[in-house]
Amino acid sequence: MTRTNYTIALMGNPNTGKSTLFNVLTGLRQHTGNWPGKTVIRAEGEFAHRGATYRIVDLPGTYSLYSNSADEEVARDFLLFERPDLTIVVVDATALERNLNLALQVLEITGRVIVAVNLMDEAKKKGILINSKKLENKLGVPVVPISARNKEGIDKLMNTVDAMVRGRIKTNPLSIQYSPEIEQAISKLMPNIRETVGDAYPARWIALRLLDGDTSLLAALKQPPQRDTKEEGAYACCGSVESI
Amino acid sequence: MAERNDCPLSRMKQGDRFRIANIAIPDPVLRRRLLDLGFVPGGEIEVGQKSPLGDPTAYRVRGTTIALRKEESNYIYGERINND
Ligand SMILES: Nc1nc2c(ncn2[C@@H]2O[C@H](COP(=O)(O)OP(=O)(O)O)[C@@H](O)[C@H]2O)c(=O)[nH]1
Ligand SMILES: [Mg+2]
Repeated sequence: MTRTNYTIALMGNPNTGKSTLFNVLTGLRQHTGNWPGKTVIRAEGEFAHRGATYRIVDLPGTYSLYSNSADEEVARDFLLFERPDLTIVVVDATALERNLNLALQVLEITGRVIVAVNLMDEAKKKGILINSKKLENKLGVPVVPISARNKEGIDKLMNTVDAMVRGRIKTNPLSIQYSPEIEQAISKLMPNIRETVGDAYPARWIALRLLDGDTSLLAALKQPPQRDTKEEGAYACCGSVESI
Repeated sequence: MAERNDCPLSRMKQGDRFRIANIAIPDPVLRRRLLDLGFVPGGEIEVGQKSPLGDPTAYRVRGTTIALRKEESNYIYGERINND
């Protein structure tokens, strides 16, 4: 059976054009509410592309997933517990260095990622050139330059989404290597973590969070918020990024 | 490691440029927050305006303006890099 329903998470720093992209993709097919128990707004929409239906969730803008603000917890928990089929990380072409912090954090949780480099028009005006091929090779996931406000690059983005969910693109997400001490501690923790939480969660990432003393994560893992029940898609997540 | 002539960011004046050497905040959550906002060792900052009451102060860091209170900027050590 081939699946035709997929969930996409939209993430990124504040003001990178997530909502603009969300509106371009969903048009009027969207609804907003609050995240359960939080005063954080939840915007969700739908669109269809090449015979598949996508539910897309506009997550709150954050610089990080670790500082435990309500926004960051919402974004983190969505990735961990609702496990979207795909996460589009929207980054600002004019402030890549700053924006890649979050992108790298996301890559530690999931390799099912497309990086959309937005505000390409602004970058061009400022004389900033982005080598997306090189960035793609470094990050190990597809990188698509877009300008959401001018609706540029959206077709390419959609085709990349299509190729990802259908397993035609395999990713090889950059894994940050830490100091030998930390790597040793990670190796020690990983078997226990796998045993405790199973394969459903990214063990290496959880090890890092534990070493960081992230108590909010422990609390969330002990009492995961209600998950959407849906079939798990077979997902290719190894090898190298292949061209589309 | 804080160098001999490192001083806290809170002592800088508007228009100063500053290079971060060390973030000496004891609270790990706050430390993490500052790192995520772009206050990382080696990073450069430009000091912007103080708010009318003298606190917080705006800082330009990695292309974005971020306001910090003294209780944060007191712990960010580094040196002034003005070319005067
Ligand atoms: N120049 C330019 N501005 C954009 C683009 N995409 C979004 N913006 C603008 O950036 C601002 C923030 O966009 P928004 O979608 O609210 O960002 P969000 O905070 O990530 O949801 C708005 O003023 C948008 O009109 C783009 O591709 N080019
Ligand atoms: Mg928004």
